[in-house]
Amino acid sequence: MSKPLAPTGLNMNEPLLWEMDKPGRTAFSMPRHDVPSAPLHDDLAGDGPDFPDLNEMGVIRHYTRLSQWNFGVDTGMYPLGSCTMKYNPKINEKVSRLKGFAALHPMLPALMTQGALRLMAELERFLAEITAMDAVSLQPAAGAQGELAGMLLIHAYLKSLGVKRSKIIIPDTAHGTNPASAALCGYRPVRVTSGEKGILTPHAVSEVMDEDTAGIMITNPNTLGLFEENIKEIARIVHGKGGQVYCDGANMNAVMGMVHMGNSGVDVLHLNLHKTFSAPHGGGGPGAGPVCVANHLAPFLPVPRIVVKDGVYHLSEAFPQSVGRLHSFLGNFGVMIKAYAYILSMGAEGLKKASQLAVLNANYLKEKLKTVLHLPYDRPCMHECVFSDKFQRDQKITTLDMAKRLMDFGFHPPTIYFPLVVDGAIMIEPTETESLEEIDRFVEAFRIVTREASESPDLLRGSPKRCRVARLDETLAARRPCLMG
Amino acid sequence: MKEISELDFPEDLYYTEEHEWARVTDGNVTIGISDYAQDQLGDVVFVEMPASGDQFKKGDAFGTVESVKAVSELYMPIDGEVIRVNQTLEDAPELLNQSPYADGWILEIKPGDASQLETILNRDAYLKMLKES
Repeated sequence: MSKPLAPTGLNMNEPLLWEMDKPGRTAFSMPRHDVPSAPLHDDLAGDGPDFPDLNEMGVIRHYTRLSQWNFGVDTGMYPLGSCTMKYNPKINEKVSRLKGFAALHPMLPALMTQGALRLMAELERFLAEITAMDAVSLQPAAGAQGELAGMLLIHAYLKSLGVKRSKIIIPDTAHGTNPASAALCGYRPVRVTSGEKGILTPHAVSEVMDEDTAGIMITNPNTLGLFEENIKEIARIVHGKGGQVYCDGANMNAVMGMVHMGNSGVDVLHLNLHKTFSAPHGGGGPGAGPVCVANHLAPFLPVPRIVVKDGVYHLSEAFPQSVGRLHSFLGNFGVMIKAYAYILSMGAEGLKKASQLAVLNANYLKEKLKTVLHLPYDRPCMHECVFSDKFQRDQKITTLDMAKRLMDFGFHPPTIYFPLVVDGAIMIEPTETESLEEIDRFVEAFRIVTREASESPDLLRGSPKRCRVARLDETLAARRPCLMG
Repeated sequence: MKEISELDFPEDLYYTEEHEWARVTDGNVTIGISDYAQDQLGDVVFVEMPASGDQFKKGDAFGTVESVKAVSELYMPIDGEVIRVNQTLEDAPELLNQSPYADGWILEIKPGDASQLETILNRDAYLKMLKES
């Protein structure tokens, strides 16, 4: 590699805040008290928490230095599969900080927040159009809450028909949170195994679908980065037995404006605004996980819902079949502004193009790496591809070793050991925002790592070498966590 | 990770396709995870276990094992009622790695139908399955 990307510049060692403690040091002055003294109730008295005494500059330097150790999508390529770590355009931030949005008090009445409500109503309409679904709720705060919302909607719908069911079908290529969301709603997850091509077969679904099953939770594209081509037939089987189809839309970045979710038989779908629609996430959250539904589920959407009457936006609770409220106020509004800004700046054609390029980038990377990394499902992928460490096992080099070594080349590691259907999985999602040059650099780095795996395996086992800290003891960190700042 | 030939699979145990083992002692059945399972999982950091008195059917998930790599479900090899759980795993989950067949046992059950053991794998069948996968 011509020039290493990993920087070794000015970054400082930093003690814990408790180690910087100097009794008496403080960052604020108490105002002189101007009310009469009153006795404090015993229940409120006692020793305070064990906080260190620090001054303002000490604290600012502490966090600024720590922030210099960060790695984010603004630093370099972050190909964390299933997370869609695309670049977050700064125009989104600028728009979300407009005073009318940023300083808006959530308790203001609807008549004084018409702009915000209009933005939300329009965002609902955009998301409905992008997915070809009929109605949308922006309330769920993240993907997993969107999944729960979907389950609650299905449950409420079936209940309205007088139907009680106890199970939900979940393929082994679904997102890991799906079974938990179903279980939280009181359903028992029933696992089905994907077929040889890495996708679900109609046969496997028809074997388990029965009249005690409320429906299926299918991730499409699935966690192998493959499109569930049999979705229409699967939906027909599920509907035939009176079930509903939930689609986990966390991988929507592959198919924005490309797949008519409604026509493919999906009844409810969640989206991750913080992935697909470029709001920051990970350490920079929070998220937003809107649910999009077909018409027959719309009466059950969470309240309050935004309704427009004579050009005025109102918040309405007048939906007696609603599953109720899922979030305080109206959800994570800041995230909605960023997604709205993104959709408007991209436009319909731009969003389609983004998905096409995300798929192209993943396929390019897959073809470039499949000679050095085992590719369990060698067929065109969507927005991500899943390799394994099978070729490296002779040297006893694992996925973890290679992921650690990649950091020495200045890249965030891909997702590892997920999905579980691939042993030693390496899941790479480059996203559409990386350039050809950057992807080539990543490919080159990964090729070097695989070469090192056969020529000098101990180097990999001892990596990372160039990072601030060497291989961390993840086991000790999990078993005996140190929770001090 | 180790080669299958480097792993230990005692003769006197029954095994499941999900990598649990079962041992019959005085009419009761002790359950744990195989050497292969612990090796694949990597360092175990947490074990979630049921309570004494809980009833399970064969194939039911009765707990979870969390390692640095993943969280995996534990499945019942046969029907039964939990009579004892290995409390030491709460503070020492590493026993699952260090001693999967002895100190790292997870549950002891009173079997609902001990003849179900004949329908799961013996050592040879389990080894054959591992080699073919």
